[in-house]
Amino acid sequence: MTLTESAPAPADEVVLEAVGLTKHFPVRRRLRDLLSRTPAVVHAVDDVSIELRRGRVTALVGESGSGKSTVARLLAQLYPRTGGDIRLHGRSTRVRGGRRFRAYVRRVQLILQDPFASLNPVHTVRYHLTRSLRIHGNAGTGPDGLDKALADLLTRVSLTPPERYLDAFPHELSGGQRQRVAIARALGADPEVLLADEPVSMLDVSIRLGVLNLLQDLKDRLDLAILYITHDIASARYFADETIVMYAGRMVEGGDSETVTQRPAHPYTRLLIESAPDPERITGAGGDGAAAGERGHGEPPSLIRPPSGCRFHPRCPAAMPRCATDLPPPIPVDDAPGHWAACWLFDAETVTAEKAENAGQAGTETAR
Amino acid sequence: MSDQVLQIRGLCVDYGVGADAVRAVRDVDLTLHRGEALGLAGESGSGKSTLAYGLTRLLPPPGVVSGGQVIYHPADGPPVDVLTLSPAKLREFRWAETSIVFQGAMNSLNPVHKVSTQLLDVIRAHEPKSTAASRLARAKELLRLVGISADRLDSYPHQLSGGMRQRVMIAMALALEPQVVIMDEPTTALDVVMQRQILGQLAELRERLGFAVLFITHDLSLLVEFSDRIAIMYGGRIVEEAPAARLYAEPLHPYTEGLLHSFPALHGPRRELTGIPGSPLDLRAMPSGCAFHPRCPKAFDGCDEQVPVLGAPYVDDPARAVACRLHPAVAPLSR
Repeated sequence: MTLTESAPAPADEVVLEAVGLTKHFPVRRRLRDLLSRTPAVVHAVDDVSIELRRGRVTALVGESGSGKSTVARLLAQLYPRTGGDIRLHGRSTRVRGGRRFRAYVRRVQLILQDPFASLNPVHTVRYHLTRSLRIHGNAGTGPDGLDKALADLLTRVSLTPPERYLDAFPHELSGGQRQRVAIARALGADPEVLLADEPVSMLDVSIRLGVLNLLQDLKDRLDLAILYITHDIASARYFADETIVMYAGRMVEGGDSETVTQRPAHPYTRLLIESAPDPERITGAGGDGAAAGERGHGEPPSLIRPPSGCRFHPRCPAAMPRCATDLPPPIPVDDAPGHWAACWLFDAETVTAEKAENAGQAGTETAR
Repeated sequence: MSDQVLQIRGLCVDYGVGADAVRAVRDVDLTLHRGEALGLAGESGSGKSTLAYGLTRLLPPPGVVSGGQVIYHPADGPPVDVLTLSPAKLREFRWAETSIVFQGAMNSLNPVHKVSTQLLDVIRAHEPKSTAASRLARAKELLRLVGISADRLDSYPHQLSGGMRQRVMIAMALALEPQVVIMDEPTTALDVVMQRQILGQLAELRERLGFAVLFITHDLSLLVEFSDRIAIMYGGRIVEEAPAARLYAEPLHPYTEGLLHSFPALHGPRRELTGIPGSPLDLRAMPSGCAFHPRCPKAFDGCDEQVPVLGAPYVDDPARAVACRLHPAVAPLSR
């Protein structure tokens, strides 16, 4: 077996890094668009910066259409990026197919959402795993080496005894088992980074945790850096060390998972957490949730013409005039180191100016 | 809450006939009371959707209802067995008395017809004597009811967002003021924010209009919040039934307990969670005895032989029922 149990590298080392990553998809032009100067694009991802560290799980949370899956595909180099940079071990990389792409995927592997679609129905588990091992040069020497590597892979993902699963076709396996095969296939490359795009959302609730616990265990044993993409913020709290929240293609809040989920700063994160199903609410043990009036309303904006300033301002219950004009930068939130929110509410100057303005208006009204 | 509106008695549904038949729903007894929200939870393959299609006689072949009764109590008039209704009566019964919001309802609107055409069609089919103007007024009112402005009547489904399409489906389900609305995974395809908005609205409408809801989903945490009573299905049987808060506070069946421990909590201490070991049931190869015993952490001698029956485990709490040998029945079920 050629998989290295742990590389001699310092813990917390940044393996894969996105800096100001941007992706715009072109929109098909209609006749009337020919007159406009700027071609229409979908702003799928704008200015996203993420650091994936060895032995840590980073969660990317957001609704559908927030661009979280696009980030995964950009990091896997399946899409060319519009702007920004992807750095593997500090070195800028841009690969388009061929040998260099293969060298890249050897270190960065992607796990997709739907194990029903990501395994070829006409091939056995053995075929899928053998291909992965062979292509990435981990198949050992001779048939014995390959058999041992295969058995090792399946044991790693808790599909034991391996002989029972090796010659099974995907349709003979349950969803959870299929996803485990998909994970085993990714591990066949002996990667440093796993990009998991909603790895459990297609699975039954009762087996989701099994797969999450498996990923956690693999992370600890193989010192993997994992990007966990999800729409379920409760599972991010459970599984991830760090959580980043995306809205309409931009990052709005980040910090360690416990802080982000227990003391959400950005109004969008608060809305997301209030909306998550929470049985504690009826039993009275959990927070009662803000009054319905304080909740945001409406729907995510069009990404072809995203709102100016903060993209959440049309839905935000706490929007100030400045939110509509200026894009908020990441502003540190005081409660925990590393916790930040892209929201003007955490900029002392803006809030003071806003208060003064309100007081001024109230003053003129009383004068009348 | 004693007034029953829908009683399911010993319902069995098979897929296929003869020796190869797979029994997807086994001897299900379930009672829906007037104005109540009853949640039905279980993983895929547990038979929850099949149950819904069976009781509305919407099962596509090779599905066959092979036994049991579904008794509907109209607001006025004698009770009827839905399973024996004549085609003409069934046509009257459907939608006017029970309506369904389907799984993936976002895609159950016809993409080539306007919202108005589809909404008006429902009303015209069941109330042929109504005037065009009154139908239009009713359609507008329905859209307002679910929080969509009336000018959206002229939109095609693709011009609406997923959440709005879902609301249109709910409006359509309420068009004839049915007594029972069956919701089969109504919000699975939606984002959490939209899900909460729609479920909140539905709870409000239910309070106002007084219809009963059979709410089918795999998301138990959602049910605990939005339904009065919850029934848990596993392997085609109901394994536990209880008021929502009681079920959450004190699950009796090991499967229910496992399901509740499969959801990471947003609040409270972070605890190690395990989910349920093993894989979901294969109906073609049902284990003997209790269907859950191969995955059950608490299985003991005899679980692989005896099929536990649903019974009330507490003398003083007839609302609870569980089918597990750990909690033997001590009182007859009150139904």
